[in-house]
Amino acid sequence: MVEWTDFERATIQDIFSKINYEVVGPAALSRCLVVYPWTQRYFGNFGNLYNAAAIASNPLVAKHGTTILHGLDRALKNMDNIKETYSELSVLHSEKLHVDPDNFKLLSDCLTIVLAAQMGKDFTADVQGAFQKFLSVVVSALGRQYH
Amino acid sequence: MSLSSKDKDIVRAFWAKIGGKADEIGADALGRMLMVYPQSKTYFAHWKDLSPGSAPVKKHGKTVMAGVGNAVAKIDDLAGGLLTLSELHAFTLRVDPANFKSLAHCFLVVLAITYPTDFTPEVHLAVDKFLAALARALSEKYR
Repeated sequence: MVEWTDFERATIQDIFSKINYEVVGPAALSRCLVVYPWTQRYFGNFGNLYNAAAIASNPLVAKHGTTILHGLDRALKNMDNIKETYSELSVLHSEKLHVDPDNFKLLSDCLTIVLAAQMGKDFTADVQGAFQKFLSVVVSALGRQYH
Repeated sequence: MSLSSKDKDIVRAFWAKIGGKADEIGADALGRMLMVYPQSKTYFAHWKDLSPGSAPVKKHGKTVMAGVGNAVAKIDDLAGGLLTLSELHAFTLRVDPANFKSLAHCFLVVLAITYPTDFTPEVHLAVDKFLAALARALSEKYR
């Protein structure tokens, strides 16, 4: 089981209480699709992903980015049992969506960078550490049911 | 994943924009890496203080950024240009190359904080590619 310090718990709750899902989610996903273009393989039916501008203004990308970010809510509410919480989603990503789990880390890195831009100086080294730890636990849980 | 001329232009332009802030950015990135990736501290056991903003971190951040600046100047031939630095990292420092990725990521985080509007996805892409190419050049002599 993952040990969370009081600082980490408080930091994660605080971040998500202030986050604008409809801004951060789309920004993170579209950044991922631009910086790691091979991730576009999973979005063949999303229409125009031809360049960064197209990706940034694509409504399907925006909608999906928001969905993904809300997917972190369940970890937020179950920080002491993230492994089990993502069991079904892990199976979904493996069996149905066939997403290479390495991609979860790529999206996490982009999400971290988008959040850093949003929070500015408030995104201190400790806050970054707590956030990245949270994401790595979720990423690990999402990869667990792959076989 | 080699650098296109567009990538190089973007990197050179962004480096020019960073200008005098380089040392501050380097120190911030290094301090973050030591905190967020604690295994990286193993290379600095000889420092008195590894906390963000400490004197050794600031000093070394400056050293690292001088290296990055040198790499920007030699962007057309990173392997050749960074030969001596590669030998240093391979034979003397023996830093596990995974740490180059950790530092690169922290560097990108600091750029996002410092330039929230200018650090667009396209700039992020070019800089990320450059840092990966830099890491490859640094690892040239490892084995």
